[in-house]
Amino acid sequence: MATSKQSAKQSEAPVVHNPVFIDGSDLTTPTLKILRQDGSIYEGAELPDIDKELALKIYDTFQFIRALDERMIAAQRQGRISFYMTQIGEEAADIGSTAALAHDDMIMAQYREQGALAFRGFPLDQFMHQLFSNEKDLGKGRQMPIHYGSSELNYMTISSPLGTQLPQAVGYAYGYKLEEKDNCVICYFGEGAASEGDFHAAINMAGVFKVPAIFFCRNNGYAISTPSSEQFAGDGIAPRAVAYGLKAIRVDGNDVLAVLKATQEARKLAVEHNQPVLIEAMTYRLGAHSTSDDPSGYRSKKEEEKWREKDPVLRFKHWLIQQGWWSEEQDAEVADAKRKAVMAAMKEAEKVPAPHIDDLITDVYDTPPKHLQDQLDALKAHIRKYPDAYPKTAGRIDHE
Amino acid sequence: MSNMNLLQAINNALDIAMDKDSKVLCFGEDVGHFGGVFRATSHLQEKYGKSRCFNTPLTEQGIIGFANGLASGGHKPIAEIQFADYIFPAFDQIVNEAAKFRYRSGNEFNVGGLTIRSPYGGGIHGGLYHSQSPEAYFTGTPGLKVVIPRNPYQAKGLLLASIRDDNPTIFFEPKRLYRASTGEVPEEDYELPLGKADIMQEGTDITVLGWGAQMEVLEKAVAMAAEDGISCELIDLRTLMPWDVETVSQSVQKTGRLLISHEAPLSGGFAGEIAATIQETCFLYLESPIARVTGLDTPFPLAHDKEYMPDHLKNYEAIKRSVSF
Repeated sequence: MATSKQSAKQSEAPVVHNPVFIDGSDLTTPTLKILRQDGSIYEGAELPDIDKELALKIYDTFQFIRALDERMIAAQRQGRISFYMTQIGEEAADIGSTAALAHDDMIMAQYREQGALAFRGFPLDQFMHQLFSNEKDLGKGRQMPIHYGSSELNYMTISSPLGTQLPQAVGYAYGYKLEEKDNCVICYFGEGAASEGDFHAAINMAGVFKVPAIFFCRNNGYAISTPSSEQFAGDGIAPRAVAYGLKAIRVDGNDVLAVLKATQEARKLAVEHNQPVLIEAMTYRLGAHSTSDDPSGYRSKKEEEKWREKDPVLRFKHWLIQQGWWSEEQDAEVADAKRKAVMAAMKEAEKVPAPHIDDLITDVYDTPPKHLQDQLDALKAHIRKYPDAYPKTAGRIDHE
Repeated sequence: MSNMNLLQAINNALDIAMDKDSKVLCFGEDVGHFGGVFRATSHLQEKYGKSRCFNTPLTEQGIIGFANGLASGGHKPIAEIQFADYIFPAFDQIVNEAAKFRYRSGNEFNVGGLTIRSPYGGGIHGGLYHSQSPEAYFTGTPGLKVVIPRNPYQAKGLLLASIRDDNPTIFFEPKRLYRASTGEVPEEDYELPLGKADIMQEGTDITVLGWGAQMEVLEKAVAMAAEDGISCELIDLRTLMPWDVETVSQSVQKTGRLLISHEAPLSGGFAGEIAATIQETCFLYLESPIARVTGLDTPFPLAHDKEYMPDHLKNYEAIKRSVSF
């Protein structure tokens, strides 16, 4: 709809002889809603392509992420890990959208999308190895907790700088187009990151190069403490995409069926027509930005409560129960089992040692150049002299 | 062999790289049909099609972000930044992304296929924003390779090596020499090694070290010194990161003196890094302080372009001062 209007404007826009200013009211962005909070479906709503198996897989991922987030935020408070970020309240957005993809579509996430990775099948112990920066971490203990990545699962390793993944997603998707693959890239980001230059560079290039990419904005209301009302003056993020030649859709981000439906349709546009799409999911970050943040300083409990009533996990559970695919008994049982599994995996990961000191210099380049080897040799000699000061590595250092 | 200028040698290297490997792409501002503002990518779009050689929108951060994405998917993008002065919008994508891609992922992903080409340096009356030599901003970033050629033969061999090297590489091209420097260049495919300095002239009294367009200036200074009976060992560093400490150290242990020259400003310039390393490896051999002949600590001026530049006369004087210390 937006695109035909856009092209009509280009070809048939009237010429005027007195100034006429256009504004945001010339473009209205509807919000797709399919599922009510009580689990019923809006009248006339078209369901996404979903069967019992997919529905239960999505819900299983919801339950896993809730168990992981709740346990790991506690672990951070106990001082077991240095940092954590929950995605409580936003599960429908990343998990619902990833559920619409092919397993080998590349995911380029921002950082609050552990649910997408869990949906892809990232094992619990791998989550833990990353969180504890131990030697079994695929990232070799180099990045802060929650910076996951898996080549096997097509989940690009997280990078802290905001928005940098956006133009990279365009390049990755261009590669798919060159190779004529039936794949697309999904790129997650927040409404705050959409203020970065990389967002505008990326969306413009995606439009110009016509790449199979889905830009998925989690508009969760806050960039750390800054509310979206202080982030932008326009009507959210979706209308920007139209100006750059993309298709755009806004969905209720706490409605997993709406997210799934929108992303399934977006994927068709991207893969079958090389039409990039932006999806803006309206949601709310129920938790703090990170364990280093305290939301009580910038928002009210009342506001949080209002959103807690829109819990995406509960909403989907109600629908599953109404379908006859789930029960409260199963729910409690599975939640308990997930909590126990998370606790057990955490205790295991805690015991795994830190990566070997030799891995300090690998992967800077494809092979370590001489100056890095020299620096490592000097460091090892120093550690041997003062082993007590470097307990993580001193015990395992070679004594040649 | 055929006679080529530096631009033709670069164009020839790009042509060979694209011909031999369908994963190689060239893009940037005006790079497509027009062939780039300096024409380094002339005829590549005609030969390899619009999907492999094309214009991008005017967004340096977008260009390098896009290139990072392509490289992470196994392609070999050669991204052009039209002038090195305009590389800074892409600084984040280079320093925080390209350079750290492999390390931060534990080698789950890498952008080893990435090459960034960009014309650098003064001497074309370019003033502040068409003259800078920003190499030291990048040599301080682990994960990047930084390569600068001095003439057409070097440019072709080093560029082919940079494209095929499995690390993100920044290739700065001395634009003052694009058409001014000509020479015999083999038509076939060849590579020159990265990380290896080139001893252009052997000597006994002082080691004179530089890279890129500065080598032409240093050749003149060294010739003037020779008339005074001073024997200079002239070295082109070629790769700034990782740099060839061994070749430079061996030379300084022989001559006992070192002069380093670059167009970039003195403070924070790469000469400082080299000087610090060489005083460690050659402390007991040094007979005079290590000399730096560089641009001034000012933005690159227009009217005083000549005065700013570390020209052959400034280098000649510095050689004499060092030898008579």
